[in-house]
Amino acid sequence: MRIAVFVTCWGDALFPATGRAVVRLLEHLGHEVVFEPAQTCCGHMHWTAGYHPEAIALARRLTEVFAGHDVIVTPSASCAATVRTAYPRMDPALAGLPVYELSELLVDVLGVTDVGARYPHRVTYQPTCHSLRALGLGDRPLRLLRAVRDLELADLPEAGECCGFGGAFAVKNADTSVAMVADKIARIHETGADVVCATDDSCLTHLGGALSRLRSGVRAVHLAEILASGLGAAGPAPVPGGVARRADAP
Amino acid sequence: MRFSDAARPELGDPAARRGRRRAAAEARGRRADAVGGFPGWEALREAGAAIRERTLRELGTHLETLEAAVEEEGGHVHWARDAAEARRIIDSLLPDDVPAALVRSDVTDEIGLDGAEPGPHSKAAVVGAGFLVAETGTLVVAERGDGLSFPGTLVAVAGIEDVVPGWTDLEVLLQLVSRAGAGVPMRPAISTRTGDFALVLLDNGRTTVLADPDGRAALRCVHCSACSDVCPVFQRTGPRPYGPGRAGPIGAVLTPQVRGVEAPLGASLPFASTLCGACADVCPVKIDIPAMLVHLRGRVVDARRGRPVPPPEMLLMRGLAWSMGDERRYEHTLVRRARWARLLARDGRIRRLPGLFGKWTDARDLPAPPRQSFRAWWRRRR
Ligand code: SF4
Repeated sequence: MRIAVFVTCWGDALFPATGRAVVRLLEHLGHEVVFEPAQTCCGHMHWTAGYHPEAIALARRLTEVFAGHDVIVTPSASCAATVRTAYPRMDPALAGLPVYELSELLVDVLGVTDVGARYPHRVTYQPTCHSLRALGLGDRPLRLLRAVRDLELADLPEAGECCGFGGAFAVKNADTSVAMVADKIARIHETGADVVCATDDSCLTHLGGALSRLRSGVRAVHLAEILASGLGAAGPAPVPGGVARRADAP
Repeated sequence: MRFSDAARPELGDPAARRGRRRAAAEARGRRADAVGGFPGWEALREAGAAIRERTLRELGTHLETLEAAVEEEGGHVHWARDAAEARRIIDSLLPDDVPAALVRSDVTDEIGLDGAEPGPHSKAAVVGAGFLVAETGTLVVAERGDGLSFPGTLVAVAGIEDVVPGWTDLEVLLQLVSRAGAGVPMRPAISTRTGDFALVLLDNGRTTVLADPDGRAALRCVHCSACSDVCPVFQRTGPRPYGPGRAGPIGAVLTPQVRGVEAPLGASLPFASTLCGACADVCPVKIDIPAMLVHLRGRVVDARRGRPVPPPEMLLMRGLAWSMGDERRYEHTLVRRARWARLLARDGRIRRLPGLFGKWTDARDLPAPPRQSFRAWWRRRR
């Protein structure tokens, strides 16, 4: 299948390893991946921060850039949710862009749960709010994780509670945001996991940034990177990082 | 005061935070039991949302019906534009010589009343209404024992949106309130009184809310408090930072509409949420609070657009939107900012950012941006 990848602005600039993992994974599964170089941002940040005309312009732009693609994948539940739920509110003409979050693409469109990955770590999964409530991913990410060899999955208590990121919230209400992530980290530590996994690099920046500041040792890793681990032939295995999110090898 | 400033002292009280979290967890547990095992829940929510929507659309008609019914039963209806007028009217209706008891509600809190619960010897009471049934002119409150049956003066006070067209509608709403709010699976016990009371109907900004098609659904609220019980922000901060109006997620969408989005409280409340969506999931009348918060954020920003000197955040957001409007500009910005950010990093992490983002690094590191963006990698790979 020919699949267009929307890496998101955040991923492009800060976490290119996530996008690379998506490419490696999909190519490993035998699909053709294309990258539209004109893509920038879906408008999520401007929309939720109240800059609506700016967000709508970005939404129009993204819709044009991806026009003609039947399957678009993004490793971000928030950006997928923006396209699916916010775009029709911005302008009914923007409804229907076929953007899938990675686990939706794998499980629903491609029909795979075992991608052939190997990841020898104890992992706990944090369902981000957009994956849980806006997209209703349900147990798709968990099914994918359960199929990963040598991965020990630990249940996260009170998993459905927000980690406290919330985009502008993390800065505008920094104290409350940090109070929330402190409680989330306490739950993560209870699991004994050495990796916390999610479907959004934005939430992972927040979780990983707080874990890093605490020198907790627990790493925040995107689902795509776990699923692209140990796939063999197609490229190097991801570097297990120790810094804020992970060492993104320069 | 801004929400974030008012929240700081509340966050610094760990015992209160633990208490709120425990109480909220219990409420959530009760609610999950009352809702989870009830197969008709989603249909009931749909019905409740439709009833409230229809009521708000035809509010004038239902209020006229209510007024006529109350007067026919020998009661009186008084209209109050704001809290001060409501208090004046209530004062004038109560006897001077005896202290009036109070049955609290969100509306009595809103207009700043306080007093003791009514007892068997109460001669006069002010009662915050739960609902008012228009067709019969009936006052409905959650069970108060003898609360509504004493012979003295009774003044009921309600928001104009608390009217319910008929008894079949009431039946639906009561079930929703009890399951979603108290976590009680059946129809709750209620007290009712028809005729023989004075009714004060309060506007206090509600007609302004009604006039905003993207905000009016907030008035569907049936005061069950489920949204606060699931709100991760409310659980950390408690009710105080939400200011004098309602607290929790519903307060965050109502107060800015009622008081405007210019002053610090009204301008900050729409941002006092991570948009996690937990409130919308539980609201028994399906108020889309996160969507409404986003709408109000737009109003806050729009109110600032006309300023002669744009605030730093606006410059940043406009600048970003401009860069992102073209992939070459975007990549140029990306490369420049990443280079600059790497200068601040040590061992791959940034521990301190200047300016607007300093709040991020107060408690969180930021990874140093990698040298190679995804697009640069892609180009090289082909
Ligand atoms: S907004 Fe919905 S959940 Fe919150 S108190 Fe009102 S009815 Fe209940």
